[in-house]
Amino acid sequence: MTETLVAARKPVAADVRRRSGPRVVRHVGRYWQLWLMVLPAVGFVAVFMYVPMYGIQLAFREFDFTAGLAGGQWAGLKYFQQFFDSPLFWPLLRNTFVIAITTLVVGFLAPILLALMINQIAGGRRKKFMQTATYLPHFISIVVIVGMLQAFLNPSTGLLTQVSAFFGLSEVNFLGDTSAFVPVYVISDVWQHCGWNSIIYLAALSRVDPALYEAAKVDGANRMQLIRHVDVPSIVPTMVILLILTMGGVLNTGFEKVWLMQNTLNLPVSEVIATYVYKIGIFSTQFSYATAIGLFNTVINFVFLIAANAIARRVSNWSLW
Amino acid sequence: MSGTNLQSKGFFRNRTAGDVVFMLALGVISVAVLFAVIYPVYFVVIASVSDPSLISTGEVWLWPKGVSFFGYGQIFDDDRIWTGYRNTLLYSVFGTALNLIVTIPAAYALSRPEFRPRRVLMLFFVFTLFFNGGLIPTYLLYRDLGLLDNWLVFVLPSAVNVYNLIIARAFFEHSLPKELFEAALIDGVSYLQYFARVALPLSKAIISVIGLYYLVQHWNDFFTGLVFVRDNSLQPLQIVLRDILLSNQAFAGGAGAGGGSGVGYDQQYADQIKYGVIVVSSLPVLVLYPFLQRYFEKGVLIGSVKG
Repeated sequence: MTETLVAARKPVAADVRRRSGPRVVRHVGRYWQLWLMVLPAVGFVAVFMYVPMYGIQLAFREFDFTAGLAGGQWAGLKYFQQFFDSPLFWPLLRNTFVIAITTLVVGFLAPILLALMINQIAGGRRKKFMQTATYLPHFISIVVIVGMLQAFLNPSTGLLTQVSAFFGLSEVNFLGDTSAFVPVYVISDVWQHCGWNSIIYLAALSRVDPALYEAAKVDGANRMQLIRHVDVPSIVPTMVILLILTMGGVLNTGFEKVWLMQNTLNLPVSEVIATYVYKIGIFSTQFSYATAIGLFNTVINFVFLIAANAIARRVSNWSLW
Repeated sequence: MSGTNLQSKGFFRNRTAGDVVFMLALGVISVAVLFAVIYPVYFVVIASVSDPSLISTGEVWLWPKGVSFFGYGQIFDDDRIWTGYRNTLLYSVFGTALNLIVTIPAAYALSRPEFRPRRVLMLFFVFTLFFNGGLIPTYLLYRDLGLLDNWLVFVLPSAVNVYNLIIARAFFEHSLPKELFEAALIDGVSYLQYFARVALPLSKAIISVIGLYYLVQHWNDFFTGLVFVRDNSLQPLQIVLRDILLSNQAFAGGAGAGGGSGVGYDQQYADQIKYGVIVVSSLPVLVLYPFLQRYFEKGVLIGSVKG
């Protein structure tokens, strides 16, 4: 319906070919109110998102207090070289990757399994209750989550420490143990977000045509086969989109949580690029060096995003672009 | 969301041995998942009113033992919590108001199909989801703008959340009847008039959803206070919580973590106080949550309409 309306108001071909000046004037004349509505948002994003992007050049310059955001003298790749030569480079990269990839894989699969499971629960009420309960932790703040972790995993009085002691694993200091950091981080992450992230899959599952189940049952499918051949294919598009979206931020994941969980004992595995940038930049005020490290992180994210998109396009015909 | 009831009815009619096993396994796993999610939260609540020594020896399991409200007494006497509460409340209210004023009209404008620049503008917004300047340029920008140690830093930079913008745009695009606009247009109504008189009143659902998203985002914001604010009187609740919950640890703080100011409680009651602080600080969100969850769900559903 709107189509016809739009068509009627569209400039005719002759107009379009004319010079751009009057076209712009006509456009603004017709749509200035829409521009007015969108401009504040454009302004905020331009200032708070794009100006910092402009500031990235600091990574290639010597920081100079008088020159501000854009930096001073040209320094080339000096700061990148400094980072690559740093003894911290490989540990940082490894830690960042291990935490990011583990969170990505586990955090991606868990909500899918949960959604498939909740979808099987008969009875609207039980299903609803299950859903409501599982996404409750999503609203607890990161600080509180880490506070709970510390309370539960306290080496002498913690609830989980006591439970594990009961099973013969005495005296494990989960938060201070280099081998326990990543599991604790990832499991608590799944605990917090799994239910919430499953909502979107449940929505996709609720739109599956019931005739598909009937047809599959006529063909003799049992319940596992129904899940495998009807439910799973129906959520693949959602999976792909979400996977790509998470890929783009894969190395940014959880500065706050890693930062809060960090302590001197687990530092060898918990120091990631984001926390290091914070320390080098904000505390040691080595602005150029920290910007270079941050940019390195962003570029890796970008590579991941592009790779994910390419793979998605190949395997499922679904992609962001 | 009454999903796949057909399936379950069919199941009750002719159940096979495989189906029974399936149902049993499903039931067991569901209960286990439910327990794993709810019990920690429940435990925090009972631990906050139990005798700390009984907790540390593992005697508190199902209900509180040696009930004492000492921890809560300490918490209510502590100014920091209330300052944090007040600050967070202010930032959340002002922040969310600004968020809505900026996001909703923009989402509406971007939803109009005849508004040609919308494609470019969407790219402009979406690009920021995947690429950003990073911490240091952001920090320097805030410094240049005078936002460091300024309460506006909690409000202005987060004025637009692009995910929320996309959700709101999807709502305007798919849920407002198109005929309405045509009818209004024939009546000679301008875009602004249409937006204010027709679109907004019909969009209470999306406004409340987006508003809640923003509210929770502000309420849980920890990063802003950590990086951009040093002044204790401006710190939001989450930073105060960090100081109280994590400063008193056996191995407190990684390099540089502020903290330190909150020790002074009787060591024996430190744990009880922490559990109490968790309850006090999470209470508003958790009490509201059963009432709000409907909206949150709606938001996700609206957002998922055509990815």
